[in-house]
Amino acid sequence: MAPPRREPPFWRDDRFWKAALQVAAIVVFVYTVVVLGDNLLYNLELKGIGIDFSWLNEAASFNLGESPIPFSRDDSYLKALGIGLLNSLRVIGLGLLLTTLLGLAAGAASFSSNWLLRRLSLIYVEIVRNTPLLLQLMFWYFPILLGGLPEAKAPLLLLGGWVSLSQEGLVFGGLRLTLEFTALLVGLVVYHGAFIAEIVRGGIQSVPRGQWEAAAALGLHRGRTLRRIIIPQALQVILPSLNSQYVSFAKNSSLAIAVGYPDLYATAQTSLNQTGRAVEVFVLLMLVYLGLNLIISGAMNQLNRLVQVKER
Amino acid sequence: MQPPIIARPTPVEWLRRNLFGNPVDSTITVILALLLGSLAWRLGHWAIAEADWAVLRRSWSILFVGRYPTAEQWRLWLLLFLLCGTGGFSAGVLSASNSRPRPLLWAGLGLVTALVPLPLGERLRLLLALGLVPSLITLASRWRSLRLTALLPGLWAGLFLIGLWLIQGGFGLVPVASGDWGGLLLTLLTALVSLICAFPLGVLLALGRQSELPTIRRFCIGYIELFRGVPLITILFFGQVMVPLFFDESLRMDRVLRAIVGLTLFAAAYLAENVRGGLQAIPRGQVEAARSLGLSPWQTTLRIVLPQALKVSIPAVVGQFISLFQDTTLLSIVGLLELLGIGRAVLSNPDNLGRYGEIYLFIGLLYWICCWAMSWCSRRLEQSLHTDHR
Repeated sequence: MAPPRREPPFWRDDRFWKAALQVAAIVVFVYTVVVLGDNLLYNLELKGIGIDFSWLNEAASFNLGESPIPFSRDDSYLKALGIGLLNSLRVIGLGLLLTTLLGLAAGAASFSSNWLLRRLSLIYVEIVRNTPLLLQLMFWYFPILLGGLPEAKAPLLLLGGWVSLSQEGLVFGGLRLTLEFTALLVGLVVYHGAFIAEIVRGGIQSVPRGQWEAAAALGLHRGRTLRRIIIPQALQVILPSLNSQYVSFAKNSSLAIAVGYPDLYATAQTSLNQTGRAVEVFVLLMLVYLGLNLIISGAMNQLNRLVQVKER
Repeated sequence: MQPPIIARPTPVEWLRRNLFGNPVDSTITVILALLLGSLAWRLGHWAIAEADWAVLRRSWSILFVGRYPTAEQWRLWLLLFLLCGTGGFSAGVLSASNSRPRPLLWAGLGLVTALVPLPLGERLRLLLALGLVPSLITLASRWRSLRLTALLPGLWAGLFLIGLWLIQGGFGLVPVASGDWGGLLLTLLTALVSLICAFPLGVLLALGRQSELPTIRRFCIGYIELFRGVPLITILFFGQVMVPLFFDESLRMDRVLRAIVGLTLFAAAYLAENVRGGLQAIPRGQVEAARSLGLSPWQTTLRIVLPQALKVSIPAVVGQFISLFQDTTLLSIVGLLELLGIGRAVLSNPDNLGRYGEIYLFIGLLYWICCWAMSWCSRRLEQSLHTDHR
């Protein structure tokens, strides 16, 4: 007769521990949220404010350094923050385009047959990647632009007078960019351009040597080989990493405050200083930046689907 | 057998091949040479004729240690000596048997240090600290043994605690308030402490993200995506403005600690993704083999999966540390006087008005040297841990 089958005790059962661990995680999480939330509400009560968003409609009573649409001190906080977002989007939009071009050029330059150009691309990447972005932004703004540019009376003319540079900013055709915008744009473009150059270099290196040799055997010269044969194949490796660079470009645009450009973060900071509404401002900032990330990543995923070669 | 003959091109031939190979290359070379020449000319002119380098001599102490009291600065010197000594000892113990001493490199470094425009006493101390490294490397490489290697983590942990004690004071030393720490000292301290706190948190998050338990996995994914989705500056802002709101009035955290909390929470999310990369590189067979040998899930994770995964993720983790080190500059925006913040403070002194170029170039050089040295060490570490039998 077989011995009676004994159930193992419940603490030897894997399923018990899995369930217990998850329940414990939920309990700890809920408990933390409740305690911290309670503290938050209590502390806010001590300060005499609750959580509500109606202050967004009050008059902001501060000025913005620049804005694409008219803004006065009587306009609401909501409008000020909206203009801040617009200013951020201006830098991000133009910057992503320029930094991609710079990164592609610098990445391709590291494969040039010209020794000087190869070296220069390498030095550029090494300098930029080993120094902090914030320092670079300040370097562009203070000693280079503020310290190096002439007065508005005698501007520096470039490209046969098409571009004029002075303390008043950069004038190009009918377009005028302020010094703050220029410093932020140049700083971000140069910084991320170096990272994109590395991504491009890695992508081009991932294409087998045989592709270069085959193209040369067909009589294509170097530049044409790069454009027609190598880059289309390298793009499949490049695009996913490019996505994270674009997202981090958008996030780093929040450093505008260091050069006095009124982007979203800077206007939010001013609003906070005036109203003391830390929680609401923080929630707004988080939502907007997360939204921006989602938009960029979504667009890049679409693009990525286009370039992936469909093999048989 | 004769070694292959390597044809060395003559200088003229080299120029023709690398700079003037075809009309396009020649044009590029000429244009670049003109541009670089004019840039070098302007920079040289500025450095010699316009720049006032005395501003660095006036403020070198404040740039390195902030407002740390002069009477207590011997503690920081002692810490530097201990660091150099331990560094040299570790390098010596870990060095490969075929590595040879590099007298030229160290003599060069010594010469550069000797030329640094500091007061003579400080310069001598700096030289002495630097000299400790090669002497201890030579000394320690004689006793290379596994037992000494096993001792190293404990040695560094002890040094870390001693360092904190020396900086902070207390227990027999005069206490120095964290508000007086600044400059490079504060930069290194915040970066190092945040990394040490963020690393275990990051590993836990990475393991949680790979976990088969859905609740835990979701919590970890939520945390990682949230912190990676917002700019660091908003998290530091959270640390400075919001964190005090979440705790009782009686629990007052000082600014440096709040900054470290912000950096830690941020870095942990990024480290988690780096470690996850390592975890995904471990073949499933490793887990299955460990389980079939009767190891428990915990043992499998701790003894089989993590050691391999961490080794794979070393380059990414070091890269993360370098960017964390650079990110500490953002603390200057929330009002801490780390290297960049103290630079701005020096610049706001009427004596130094407009000396942006000198100060920022110097700070940039310091950052560049530290970051370059870290990536060099990481490459060495990777080589010495390369234990595959390929």
